Amino acid sequence: MNLKRVVVTGLGALTPIGNTVPEYWNGLVNGVSGAAPITRFNAEKFRTKFACELKGFNAEDHIDKKEARKMDPFTQYGLVAVEEAMKDSGLDLEKINHDRAGVIWGSGIGGLKTFQDEVTAFNAGDGTPRFNPFFIPKMIADISAGYISIKYGFRGPNFVTVSACASATNALIDAFNYIRLNKADIIISGGSEAAVTEAGVGGFNAMKALSERNDSPQTASRPFDADRDGFVLGEGAGALILESLDHALARGAKIYAEVVGGGMSADANHITAPHPEGLGAMNVMINALSDAGLKPEEVDYINVHGTSTPLGDLSESTAILRVFGEHAYKLNISSTKSMTGHLLGAAGAIEAIASILAIKEQTVPPTINHFTDDERVDPKLNLTFNKAQKRKIRVALSNTFGFGGHNTSIIVKQYEA
Amino acid sequence: MSEIAQKVKAIIIDKLGVEESEVTPEASFTNDLGADSLDTVELIMEFEKEFNISIPDDQAENIGTVGQAISYLEENVKK
Repeated sequence: MNLKRVVVTGLGALTPIGNTVPEYWNGLVNGVSGAAPITRFNAEKFRTKFACELKGFNAEDHIDKKEARKMDPFTQYGLVAVEEAMKDSGLDLEKINHDRAGVIWGSGIGGLKTFQDEVTAFNAGDGTPRFNPFFIPKMIADISAGYISIKYGFRGPNFVTVSACASATNALIDAFNYIRLNKADIIISGGSEAAVTEAGVGGFNAMKALSERNDSPQTASRPFDADRDGFVLGEGAGALILESLDHALARGAKIYAEVVGGGMSADANHITAPHPEGLGAMNVMINALSDAGLKPEEVDYINVHGTSTPLGDLSESTAILRVFGEHAYKLNISSTKSMTGHLLGAAGAIEAIASILAIKEQTVPPTINHFTDDERVDPKLNLTFNKAQKRKIRVALSNTFGFGGHNTSIIVKQYEA
Repeated sequence: MSEIAQKVKAIIIDKLGVEESEVTPEASFTNDLGADSLDTVELIMEFEKEFNISIPDDQAENIGTVGQAISYLEENVKK
């Protein structure tokens, strides 16, 4: 069976360091941190009092007030990022086959705020159920893909992947595969998350997963630094238009990059801790390389999962050394979570975008906030500390790993005819 | 306009995102004001909350226009 080639023809980003793709990239190459004290709720009694929230975002600037009211923020974020990506793609909705256009979205949690608010209201009452009729359709994670399909009339494959922080990469890999298998011409993919709520911060705090560096939010996300103490919760969305190469060429589309491989694996070890030797992380990169038909030596840049947790960063750097051997030292590696924070189910989407833009701009965004080397991290690895680096990038790999032991990697390559 | 009618109109304008001029007594929630079945359920719940009453389902089914909502509430809230 001949597999179709798949390319990326549109990008959209709504992130804590920029509300559009150009602003996002500008933040990335300039090493901007999106962290600040939490404004969404009173975090006074919380162990972590900061997060990477969106800045200056008002859903009603983009979505009709009446519609916006029925959506959880995670759906609003998704629609806004998709709007940018669709415009960017130049797709003419009059000229495409809507039955071969799909939406495969990712969200780790879905409508957490909606769930929290409705249950809180119920518990404050006398036991009489007065749930809003929009409670369920606002909260369920898959509703994001539903709304996107309704907006654009995309009647092809439609669902949401849920694998915690790997969700968006799973969505991208599924979109890639369905187009490769000729089940669709175009798929809107990516992910969105809006978990900066009492339940989100409180829940991750209880797991001791979040940084508690309240005296210095902007330096809290410090992947691979000796003093890293957990991730910084982020929110937002990333959207990518994936299209078969044939379809993109036929309409004269601008092509950002080609998606050439996806890898998936499970740690099968522990619900939240990474495998100590990075077994799942190692396997997933090997799977992705094999799927892409690439040798490890062909990879130039790795956008790591690198969340700034003590265990996770170590396990991932160990896995990279095992997969890439001597070539590991020639790679550029960076964790853009040092700037954006961790967008959970949207992380894979904004990091795939960062990887694609790294290829387009031939620039590696940095891992900011590096102060002290961790002696357990091989010092010969180029982790692109603190400043962006110019280099030739033909192939980039992006890792995302999720609680539950889910691992995903996606490989994007400079488009060559 | 009664105080009840004013409150009913305000709820409809807020929940359905319509203009005040559209909220005439004859206006049907579904045919004229763009409500779907979930919107209608939400409206009834808002009326119940605002006026602190309980509207049984069989009676809620008969509330399809702005005027019907106002007269039902004027009749039942006063009691």
